[in-house]
Amino acid sequence: MIAEALTLSAVLFAIGVIGVLTRRNAIIVFMCVELMLNAVNLSFVALSKLYGATGQVFVIFVMTVAAAEAAVGLAIIISIFRHQESVNLKDINLLRG
Amino acid sequence: MLQAPTPTGHPLSDTVAQFVWLLPLLPLLGFVLNGALSLKAAAKIGPSDPSANGHDHGDAHSDGAGAAVHHTEADHDDSHISHDDHPVVRHRYAGLVSLIGPGVLVLAFGLAVAIFTAMRSVDMAQPFVDTLFRWMPVSDMRIDVALQLDPLSMVMVLVITGIGALIHIFSVGYMQDDPGYPRYFAYLNLFVFFMLLLVLGANYPVMFVGWEGVGLCSYLLIGFWFSDKANADAGKKAFIVNRIGDFGFLIAMFLLFANTGALDFAGIAANIDKLPAGGAVVTAICLFFFLGCTGKSAQIPLYIWLPDAMAGPTPVSALIHAATMVTAGVYLIARSSLLFSMAPVASLTVALVGGLTALFAATIGLKQWDIKKVLAYSTVSQLGYMFVGVGVGAYTAGVFHLVTHAFFKALLFLGSGSIIFAMHRAYHAAHNHSDDAQDMRNMGGLKKYMPVTWVLMWVATLAIAGIPVFSGFVSKDAILGAVFERAQGSTLASSALLGIPGSTILYIVYAFGLAAALLTAIYMTRMMLYTFHGPNRTGAGAEASLREAPWIMTGPLVVLGVLSAVGGWLNLPEFLPLGPQGVFDKWLEPVVGDATTRIAAGGGALAPSTEQALIGTAVAIAIAGIAIAVVRLKPAALVPKKNSPEATGFAKVLEHKYYVDEAYDKAIVQPVVNGSKYILWKGVDVGIIDGLFVNGAALFARAAGWMGSQLQSGQIGTYAWVLVLGVIALLGAFARVH
Repeated sequence: MIAEALTLSAVLFAIGVIGVLTRRNAIIVFMCVELMLNAVNLSFVALSKLYGATGQVFVIFVMTVAAAEAAVGLAIIISIFRHQESVNLKDINLLRG
Repeated sequence: MLQAPTPTGHPLSDTVAQFVWLLPLLPLLGFVLNGALSLKAAAKIGPSDPSANGHDHGDAHSDGAGAAVHHTEADHDDSHISHDDHPVVRHRYAGLVSLIGPGVLVLAFGLAVAIFTAMRSVDMAQPFVDTLFRWMPVSDMRIDVALQLDPLSMVMVLVITGIGALIHIFSVGYMQDDPGYPRYFAYLNLFVFFMLLLVLGANYPVMFVGWEGVGLCSYLLIGFWFSDKANADAGKKAFIVNRIGDFGFLIAMFLLFANTGALDFAGIAANIDKLPAGGAVVTAICLFFFLGCTGKSAQIPLYIWLPDAMAGPTPVSALIHAATMVTAGVYLIARSSLLFSMAPVASLTVALVGGLTALFAATIGLKQWDIKKVLAYSTVSQLGYMFVGVGVGAYTAGVFHLVTHAFFKALLFLGSGSIIFAMHRAYHAAHNHSDDAQDMRNMGGLKKYMPVTWVLMWVATLAIAGIPVFSGFVSKDAILGAVFERAQGSTLASSALLGIPGSTILYIVYAFGLAAALLTAIYMTRMMLYTFHGPNRTGAGAEASLREAPWIMTGPLVVLGVLSAVGGWLNLPEFLPLGPQGVFDKWLEPVVGDATTRIAAGGGALAPSTEQALIGTAVAIAIAGIAIAVVRLKPAALVPKKNSPEATGFAKVLEHKYYVDEAYDKAIVQPVVNGSKYILWKGVDVGIIDGLFVNGAALFARAAGWMGSQLQSGQIGTYAWVLVLGVIALLGAFARVH
């Protein structure tokens, strides 16, 4: 049962990574990051069956941080959209040296 | 001053000879004092200070002979024209300098005579070495600053201080109105210091310091009137050409040290067995030393600087470029006679080059018009004779000719200085600033106005031409006789140079010597006829102002005249029973006796009949030379320089000195200049150093920076890719480890 859960977690994580790498829309990239977080959560929950409740507690923390991150991240994306009228990552290169 | 103890037991150690260090110190003191006076005057630049004005500035300009030499190179010098009537301004310290400059030389000469007297009364089988201090104690190399007194260095010291003192006194008159008066005496004193160091040094490195030092002073004095570019160039030429020779001296020292482990004369003599006689090493050492000699003593192929060195003041030409410095090469070979006697091939080379130079320079002297240029080529030629002497192992004869040459050539140069002085004063009084005061075509008939100089110059001419009982006859004949003697049988005659038997070479050298003697008589008589005889060509205005130089200049001339006449008495040969015989030979015996015996091995003295025939030939040739000149040359037919036609044919080639300067310029100077310009400068410096290294490094940094900056695109996607690839790589690496 754990093996299947971990496999699903790995598949979800991989989908998240590929989404981050290939997609250009900031919202979708952001959702892929959330997907990766939740894939990790899934493996935490699965492994807590073996190693005790610590994993489940950690999931609560991750979800809390993810909620905060979602709030800040979406705010930034909205702010960028207001500034540039685009959420395409190609148009966002403010970090350029 | 005397830190190390003098060698105990030497008979000289308790005599006046212990003050030998004072000999070089006195002129050095003179240099310091005169130099300080020169600087002190120069520090206060103002219109009233003559030294503040360059030589070319007319307002404080001298009307002395200094400016006369200025006209040497060409008639381009017109800076004096508008300044005819300025008052003569002597240098403000002229009186003090006139006391110090010649004074230290007179004191040094007095000390030298005292040491000489002490030396005569003791046995000089061993040299007296006075070690002043350790100089370079490095592992097994010990170089001391040490002075060596032996008969050879004593002869040189007497010549340098004696002739030097006379020339210093002469300079007081000759340079009296020069704005650089203290500077002149400072340089001259410094020269004497280095020259004494050269001849007193007890090892080659100390000698080399003197050798370089006299080169420096020569440069400073040739370019004394440096505001004229031609003079500055002549100084540079002398310095650079001498560097080539000095390179040979250095290599010879390295070879000596590598093979004998010693550089002091005593140490080399003690370790001489480490050098196989006639071997390649000793031959190489001697040839490299001789390369040094060709530079310093103006022999083929490096003689070219000496005629140009006439750009300096005339007393400088007399002291440095005739009597002392240029004879340093002869001294070096006499000092290294032990080495040269073991290298017959090198000795033959010395003799052959000397003979060639003697003849070659004499032919050029035939057609020169500048009185100093005639004497310059004459000096080169006479130096050739000296090298023939020391080359064939007649070391005493070579050194003896050095001494007599110092007498009569110093006299000739100072006499020409007197003439130039008078000519320039006359031109100045006549407001003539376009004619060359040194060109013989502008002189003529001077005997009426300068009788003392005339008589004394004739004495010197007869001496250099080799007329019997004059000094030059005795010394020149000793050399030619020795060449013939060695050709008949000696280690030289039985060896070979480039496959030619030594005896053949020596007979050729003898023929060169005789031919050069004939030419010497001709060109010297020509010089005398054109300057002193025939009609006067100075022009009416100037002729009225021609007169003899002051006594302070003619005085030294008289002394030198007496010496030139009776100098032969120092070393009378057997066929002239006029006094004690062979004094000079006996005097130098302890220094060069062994070497002379070694080189002469296998031969005997000449038969009296042969010797008489040789002497007869030499005298006949000298008289013939004078007669040819008197008969063929017509001083009355000469016209002043400005009206003279160009020479044609071979005379033109001679007047242009065989175009050797031009050939050197094309073959060596231009390739070096072009190589420096197009390869070293524009290729290596601009291309490689500047282009590749300096700008290349900057370009590389810029390129690397540009590439780095391209990574920071601001594209989050790219960053993410890099991050993921990094994570995968790390995971892979860890997976492999486990």
